[in-house]
Amino acid sequence: MVERTPIFNAICQIVLLIGLLTVLLPFVIVIVAATHDIRAVNTVPMSLVPGSDLFVNLHEAWVRADLGRKLFNSFLFAGAVAAGKVLLSSMAAFAIVYFRFPGRMLMFWLIFITLMLPLEVRIVPTYAVAANALAPFQAILDITGISWLIHQVSGLQVKLEWGLLNSYTGLILPLVATATGTFLYRQFYLTVPDELAEAAKMDGSGPVRFFVDILFPLSKPNMIALFTIMFVWSWNQYLWPLLITTDPNFGIAVTQLKNLIPSEFGLPDWNVAMAGTLIIMAPPLIVVILMQRWFVRGLISTEK
Amino acid sequence: MEKRATFSSTTIGLLFAAPMLVLIFVFFYWPSGQALYWAFTLEQPWGGGNTWVGLQNFRQLLMDPYYWGAISRSMVFGLGSTSIAMGVALLLALFTDREMRGHKAYRSVFIWPYAIAAPALGLAFRFILAPEAGFLSLINQIWPGLWNPAMDGTDAMIAVIIAFSWKYIGYNFIFFLSALQSIPRSLIEAAAMDGSGPMRRMWDIQLPLLTPTLFFLLVINITESFQDSFGIVDIMTQGGPARATELMVYKIYFDGFKGLDYSGAAAQSIILMGLVVLLTIVQFRFVERRVHYK
Repeated sequence: MVERTPIFNAICQIVLLIGLLTVLLPFVIVIVAATHDIRAVNTVPMSLVPGSDLFVNLHEAWVRADLGRKLFNSFLFAGAVAAGKVLLSSMAAFAIVYFRFPGRMLMFWLIFITLMLPLEVRIVPTYAVAANALAPFQAILDITGISWLIHQVSGLQVKLEWGLLNSYTGLILPLVATATGTFLYRQFYLTVPDELAEAAKMDGSGPVRFFVDILFPLSKPNMIALFTIMFVWSWNQYLWPLLITTDPNFGIAVTQLKNLIPSEFGLPDWNVAMAGTLIIMAPPLIVVILMQRWFVRGLISTEK
Repeated sequence: MEKRATFSSTTIGLLFAAPMLVLIFVFFYWPSGQALYWAFTLEQPWGGGNTWVGLQNFRQLLMDPYYWGAISRSMVFGLGSTSIAMGVALLLALFTDREMRGHKAYRSVFIWPYAIAAPALGLAFRFILAPEAGFLSLINQIWPGLWNPAMDGTDAMIAVIIAFSWKYIGYNFIFFLSALQSIPRSLIEAAAMDGSGPMRRMWDIQLPLLTPTLFFLLVINITESFQDSFGIVDIMTQGGPARATELMVYKIYFDGFKGLDYSGAAAQSIILMGLVVLLTIVQFRFVERRVHYK
């Protein structure tokens, strides 16, 4: 700025450097530990000069945690959740902003209030719903007497069942609903000039066409930002995948970390554990580094 | 703000909103209602439906010293990690905002921690803070037995707080920096012309203008400390040693899925939900009121 404050500047630089070290040191330790053999990783203090066993450890972790399959699942899971969130929230926000039907505001609030119901808090009943995703509808039919009616008329017993445990659907679907995404899209639509919709209507386009041909291309930056943060968010999900996938075929990478904890007995092989950690934490980190601008933008506009 | 040009077809509008509404009904509102129902009933062993027990589940919880333990530990964890993560991030953001040499590098690196999954950094910190290998083991060579998160509850709590704060430094930094950058430069320049130094400007101009962000982050950090802590705790300590790091969400998970006590877990969920709702309402009231500082 305008004045010279060499001492204060020096203090700032030192503090920033310490901050940089604090942030980078864990990364460095994980990477270096992943290059050591089991003896070197257990010497106190561990040497910060990299060893030569990186690929051996990576391979060992890859095999032990079945990372080929699990990383594939993780990419599928995170990609699908993020894409689903983008699609559904753009649609829901479109309905809220561009239509005028009764109950529109109620809808907005219904979506908005879900912000206060994080998954961790309602985890036990959500798990129960996932065991049979149609249970809510079954209950409604039972309570309203419709299933009794059907039973009387046709002799059929109404039994709606759709188990989501151990399936990609069960992994993905419950995480797709999003209030923050809807909110982001709503804010964006409100900044789109009214003339666009007017012109489109005058040219005889209906809502679907307007949404697909005009709003969708316009919202590209929005889409990228939302997709980026949601991809990172979904990749890092832990509790839900841990519960819903007991079948290893559907497991994702992050929950495999538990299998990488070294056993209490014998010399702990932290080198393999850190190699696994390195592989599992790399994809979202790379996304954040490459897409930093979008990530920051998405984060700030969804949360505010 | 309302749109001037809107579409009139109610059916199409509802169809656009339907997928989202169905999902939030099935996976948000129904389970929350279910939790409410379970919280006031008790499941009979061997099936036979639930019987209404009124407030008994809550009474039982509130008389349970372990539950109070989980609440107070969650508070310690939440306040501890929030103050570290926010304090460090604020300092780093204030200094990065001065745009000295290398500020671009700082700006990108300080965000990295937020990209890491909680369980992954849990495992990393479990190694870094391990008493027999890693780096803090050096302390144990000098003072044997001083640091042992596997045996000592306080050490374990410190370890999870460190891991959690590390991640949220990145998160808070993003928000602080963007708030700082939205403060008009002319304001800072005017203050500098009037002869106030950088510290004074931080204290008298930037910090007061940051209050909405500070408050917003305070609420978000505390709510996240309830939720995002699960992965860290599960990987680093599993709630141990001797329940020393058993936080509220971990206890819900443990009672519900390991202890199969749905009613107890549901009652705990309701209490936690109440806390989150309360925090969110407080946040909206305050942010609404204080954000217009022009």
